[in-house]
Amino acid sequence: MITLENIQRIFLVGDQKVHALRDINLHINAGEYLSIMGPSGSGKSTLLNLLGLLDRPDAGRYRLDGQDVTTLSDKQQARLRRERIGFVFQFFHLVPRLTAAQNIELPMMLAGLPVDERQLRVRQALEDMGITDRADHRPDQLSGGQRQRVAIARATVMQPGLLLADEPTGNLDRASGKDVVDILETLQRHGITLIVVTHDPELGERAQRHLHMVDGAIITDTAKP
Amino acid sequence: MKTIDIARYSLGSLNGARSRTALMLLAMSIGVASVLVLTSLGEAARRYVSGEFASLGTNLVIVLPGRTETAGGEPSMLIGDTPRALTLGDAQALLRSSLIRHVAPLNIGSAPVSYGGLERDIPIWGSTAELLEIRHWKMGLGRFLPKTEWDRASPVCVLGQKVRKELFGNQPVLGEWVRIGDRRFRVIGILESAGESLGVAVEDMVIVPVASIQRLFNTSSLFRILVEARSREAIPRVIEHITHTIRERHQGEEDITVITQDAVLATFDNILQALTLTVAGIAAISLGVAGILIMNVMLVAVAQRTTEIGLLKALGAPEQQIVNLFLAEAALLSLLGAGLGLVIGQVGNGLIGYFYPDLPMGTPLWAFAAAIGVALGTGLLFSLLPARRAARLDPVQALARR
Ligand SMILES: Nc1ncnc2c1ncn2[C@@H]1O[C@H](COP(=O)(O)OP(=O)(O)OP(=O)(O)O)[C@@H](O)[C@H]1O
Ligand SMILES: [Mg+2]
Repeated sequence: MITLENIQRIFLVGDQKVHALRDINLHINAGEYLSIMGPSGSGKSTLLNLLGLLDRPDAGRYRLDGQDVTTLSDKQQARLRRERIGFVFQFFHLVPRLTAAQNIELPMMLAGLPVDERQLRVRQALEDMGITDRADHRPDQLSGGQRQRVAIARATVMQPGLLLADEPTGNLDRASGKDVVDILETLQRHGITLIVVTHDPELGERAQRHLHMVDGAIITDTAKP
Repeated sequence: MKTIDIARYSLGSLNGARSRTALMLLAMSIGVASVLVLTSLGEAARRYVSGEFASLGTNLVIVLPGRTETAGGEPSMLIGDTPRALTLGDAQALLRSSLIRHVAPLNIGSAPVSYGGLERDIPIWGSTAELLEIRHWKMGLGRFLPKTEWDRASPVCVLGQKVRKELFGNQPVLGEWVRIGDRRFRVIGILESAGESLGVAVEDMVIVPVASIQRLFNTSSLFRILVEARSREAIPRVIEHITHTIRERHQGEEDITVITQDAVLATFDNILQALTLTVAGIAAISLGVAGILIMNVMLVAVAQRTTEIGLLKALGAPEQQIVNLFLAEAALLSLLGAGLGLVIGQVGNGLIGYFYPDLPMGTPLWAFAAAIGVALGTGLLFSLLPARRAARLDPVQALARR
């Protein structure tokens, strides 16, 4: 459950202020499927990064599962990112020297999970994504779709409640884009809160709730009946 | 994050950037190796000098006739002040102290030594049985001078290896009679060759009883009295005892000079210790240079791995963990470099030892510890800044790039 109250994010470019987010108020229930659309530079990524605790607002309050997270220390925020939040990026951001399995293992390694538990979960995740036979391949030996599946496995292996995806299909062809969307939606049906930023209207339409942003503000917030 | 995972992850990233890693390892190992080699050289010099002194005898006190202003060197006599000679009686009187282990009177001269038509001028030492122990010499063949009354002029002698070779070649030598000056002596022993010790060629001398040399050169005085104190601590009291005893025997005149080699040795030891430390310090500069190189390369690494760092943050690594990861990398690198440096350094020491066998090469234990410690210290210190920079990276910007 997410609540944003009067969130502002202002960037200083030279001596000019850029209002990336203006007075955002938003409530998202656990398990929702939400898409954020809007023209380039409208603040979609900024909003997503803020929700993912990668960025801090200049004003306003952000409550995650009832807890005010805007005032938490770096260490506490990191812990929340580790345990409650998963990211999927347009450019996958896999560590190139690590194999698919090792990339998936990474968040569990950072969390200090026991090795056998890690291996168990990696195997399960590879299976869920249908890339078991690619476990020992490095990213440069994988196709874009396979890379994004590894990234999704990595984002969800800690079983977070919130999955944030910034243009998850932006770098994929149509077919593998559709596969990735299917995987994300399956995860959402199993209870995860899914927030997708996209330029693709077709993908945007699939969500139960759409936000449309222009110039740092949410213009429309419509939900499918 | 588990320590083993930190180590494995760091190893992985070191392995992932081979030329960078090799460069840093090289710098680090050269630094460590130079610390080791230079320290060992300094230490070798120290050992060499103290070894030379030890071969003169330990806890040695030397009594010379005549008064000198400064200790050491030949006594310089005041005009008109003829020093009273030291005698066998003086030497014997010193024996009464329990602080003194050995006393050996010593006279030195040079005389023609001949055997079977061969003749050579050779330094002749006249002393007693105690000389062997005081000077730490070893017998190669036969025995040293017998333990008899000091004033008994037995016609026996002990030869150095070179003398033996020149006069006897490969013939049996024990029991043969040689002529020294106008007297005949029976050869009872051969000294083991001990090389040169502070200017004394042990191989090129003949030793006879002190009473015999006094008759040979028709003198009753002594060149020196060598005294070995029971311990290093006893030396001041031994000196006091010697001065007191001789003054009493010389009608209140203080006409001797007493020198100790420990005082000289201690000075040398201090100088050489300081030298070793200085040299080690200079070598440590190369470690510092290695440190700066490491810092640069690490900064480049941070720049290259911006995305990875952003990702680690997004996956839930707090700043401290990022710092730890980079420091672990530096520590691993330093330890590997130090290990490599130890090997290179020891090989270098071995080579020096091989080409200069006289140098007692050997690395003091503290140098190993210091080299590893300093390597680790520089590695960590100079990685602190890059690690901090990595931890402070803004993950949003880091991940915005592809
Ligand atoms: N670090 C930054 N420094 C300065 N300005 C920034 C920074 N990040 C974002 N902005 C500005 O904030 C505004 C919103 O940026 P944001 O990346 O959120 O847009 P977006 O909706 O994701 O656009 P796109 O669809 O192109 O990804 C833009 O005007 C951008 O220039
Ligand atoms: Mg964006």
